Amino acid sequence: MTIDWTHFTPWASLAGGLLLGLASALFILLNGRILGISGILGGLLKRQPGDVGWRMAFVLGMLAAPLTLGLIAPAGLVSAPRIEASYLLVVVAGLLVGYGTRMGSGCTSGHGVCGLSRLSPRSMVATASFMAAGFVIVYLMRHLF
Amino acid sequence: MSRNTTPQRISEFAVGLLFGWGLMIAGMTDPGKVIGFLDLAGAWDPSLALVMGGAIAVGFFAFGLAKKRTRNFLGGALTLPSSRHIDRPLVLGSLLFGAGWGLAGFCPGPAIVSMASGQPKALVFVLAMLAGMIAFDFFDRLGRSAPAPV
Repeated sequence: MTIDWTHFTPWASLAGGLLLGLASALFILLNGRILGISGILGGLLKRQPGDVGWRMAFVLGMLAAPLTLGLIAPAGLVSAPRIEASYLLVVVAGLLVGYGTRMGSGCTSGHGVCGLSRLSPRSMVATASFMAAGFVIVYLMRHLF
Repeated sequence: MSRNTTPQRISEFAVGLLFGWGLMIAGMTDPGKVIGFLDLAGAWDPSLALVMGGAIAVGFFAFGLAKKRTRNFLGGALTLPSSRHIDRPLVLGSLLFGAGWGLAGFCPGPAIVSMASGQPKALVFVLAMLAGMIAFDFFDRLGRSAPAPV
């Protein structure tokens, strides 16, 4: 194993992680809910009465993030995204992520951050599973095909 | 009786904003960084371990406090998942999610934020992801209404 020192961003990633933890903390303590993106989106698709407003408010906040990042971060802190996947691969990936997160009741935020923070055995199994699948797929794509 | 929900809505919006900022600063909205973390056999970018570590370091204390409460600090309900059953859908669903995550380097949150930054591929990813969610709900309902297999 070699470390990719050119792309390693320890301080920014740690600061971003602390913000993600803070957001998850505020959401459970102020709003009483688990901050899980796939669950929030999934519920939005079902549009049950009385269950839409809080989801919309949260998603609108997320959508506003790129437009307002300049308020808290210096320009150039966030590097341009590197998207190698073709449109076809992006579609396949999106379908898998949508289907899989609903079937598995969560994604990186709900299971990975909130679930591990509250020491949930289900979330530990889920996180180990999606990380393992991610490692295997990237190995296959980058080193075998 | 109807409670004023404005403070809740403002809080939810603000937390969404904070979460979006966190994802961007952490580097989660760069699929190359995510795949760099998942690529153990190549040039490995450990950044995402610090994202997770930082998030859990804060979350651990917040959820420790949340476990002792049934009301949130704005006066509404506070609910934590109660299911403890480790079943096939949990594992299979998570494996499918991880495969999709590794293929393109997007998970749901960063994809939404990247879409809002104007990335066309993120928009396509989000549309496919929503389609995948709808497909799951459809097959899930179908499975529940069908008679149990003998």
